Amino acid sequence: MTSSSEVRPAQRGRERAGAGLALRGATLGRPGVPVLEGVDLEVVSGEILSVVGPSGCGKSTLLRTLAGLLPPLVGTATQDGSPLTGPAADRALVFQEDALLPWRTLRANVELPLAISGVPRNERRAQAASWLDRVGLAGLARQLPHRVSGGQRQRAQLARALAARPRAVLMDEPFGALDAQTRAGMQDLLVEVLRGTGATVVFVTHDVDEALFLGDRVALLGSGRLTAVRDIPRPRDRAAHDDPAHVALRRDVLTSLSI
Amino acid sequence: MTETARPPAGNTPRYPRQARRYALRLVSLAATLGLWQLLTSLNVDLWLRFSQFPTVADVARAFADRLSGPDYWTDLTDSLTRILTGFLLAAVLGVATGVLVARSRLAEDLLGPLLEVVRPIPAIALVPVAILLFPSNEQGIVFITCTAAFFPVLVSTRHAVRALTPVWEEAVLTMGGGRWRILGSVVLPGALPGIFGGLSVGIGVSWICVISAEMISGQYGVGYRTWQDYTVVDYPGVFVGMVTIGILGWLTSTAVELLGRRLTRWLPRTSYVPGGRAPRAREARPASVTARPEAKQEVAHDQLV
Repeated sequence: MTSSSEVRPAQRGRERAGAGLALRGATLGRPGVPVLEGVDLEVVSGEILSVVGPSGCGKSTLLRTLAGLLPPLVGTATQDGSPLTGPAADRALVFQEDALLPWRTLRANVELPLAISGVPRNERRAQAASWLDRVGLAGLARQLPHRVSGGQRQRAQLARALAARPRAVLMDEPFGALDAQTRAGMQDLLVEVLRGTGATVVFVTHDVDEALFLGDRVALLGSGRLTAVRDIPRPRDRAAHDDPAHVALRRDVLTSLSI
Repeated sequence: MTETARPPAGNTPRYPRQARRYALRLVSLAATLGLWQLLTSLNVDLWLRFSQFPTVADVARAFADRLSGPDYWTDLTDSLTRILTGFLLAAVLGVATGVLVARSRLAEDLLGPLLEVVRPIPAIALVPVAILLFPSNEQGIVFITCTAAFFPVLVSTRHAVRALTPVWEEAVLTMGGGRWRILGSVVLPGALPGIFGGLSVGIGVSWICVISAEMISGQYGVGYRTWQDYTVVDYPGVFVGMVTIGILGWLTSTAVELLGRRLTRWLPRTSYVPGGRAPRAREARPASVTARPEAKQEVAHDQLV
């Protein structure tokens, strides 16, 4: 309730700090099927945390727990110190694919979170249009999701997630189904649109290079636990690729994943 | 070379082809009527006995008589009122119950067994129940029609709701949407294609039951009239009734079908048309080109006259 009233003034959104999320001594998974155990993780307000791990290691479970869709089996999940009680509008989730409602046009999809948080119709329309413009979909606003390409669908999903100015954005391999070229473009777009939102981002991926490009820090998952959290030198800098510190970290991450 | 020769030949057919298909359908109906007329007017008796059968001409004459009388239209409106009331009730109740049973474990446990036991009973076997329960025949007939359509709608709604993609719901939940928002923005629109499958079956079953119920206990109504005609050995009258039922059934199910197609236009459809051509023809719009020579010809005919 408080979050939706806070969201409304558009100019205040920029000053709002991102949410600080934390897991303490947490076992995550569905009841009876624990996937990750003993997780202690702190996501600092405003940072981008990449999460990498082999498929099936519980990356999505971690994200769903932070979203509030899946309560921790043991331990606690908190946002700014208070426990998570369920999903909320200030923690948006971006899925790998096909999460747009297929019967709504791209614009109507972006308008949905605004409608839920009670933005009046005219303002909704204007905000959705400006978000679609920012992700480069201004001309496709009236198209249905299945009429546009996979990359365009993910752009629309990004616009939808950011439209209600969430304080945290949780992304579940959002570019996983895209080809390499589209993917690099989407990473740049993501950096671009996140600028100025102040939102905390948890970005799950199985692509090490993507994780090291986007993140301020990278969390490594493997064999049912959180194995390490490392700082990333020169985040979001394409030129950092040859940086010796970067190369060393990349090698470390790759070896830790292959064990 | 052949490719370049093709387009003009391939572009013209849209209207003619469509017209040819309608012509074919008419031919099929006309041939059936012709065969019927032939067999009955010649009094063919080869194991199947057509000598007692009314001819097409008899039926047509009886139909024309009925159309000019007042009873026919009363019967028609009575039957339509009954079926529409029953069917609409069934649609609302079926969708509501289907969603409830699919989404709530408590509702599934409470209602599931009851529904499963009642479902196999043919609605027409509920005539005694209807007579005992309802003060008037009218309500009993609506009850039977409603029960008949209720189950197909219920079952298809339940399946459609259970088959919804979970990420749609998760997406709306993480936007802060509550139970009603999910119902209105995810469950109902997402299940609509399945629901319309149930409605199409339901309207068909409704006709079966409304006609049968009218035959048993109605006053007025197409089913009642048809049975009345049979008891007084007015066979052409019986056929008038049957034709009426056929046409009404066809119209109502087409209406349901069209409404369904309209509401689920967002569904990705394959561009494959059985036996037809790629949808390219539609964009090419050759209609105006073909229309012109025809129009000219018509003018020429008029001038000749």
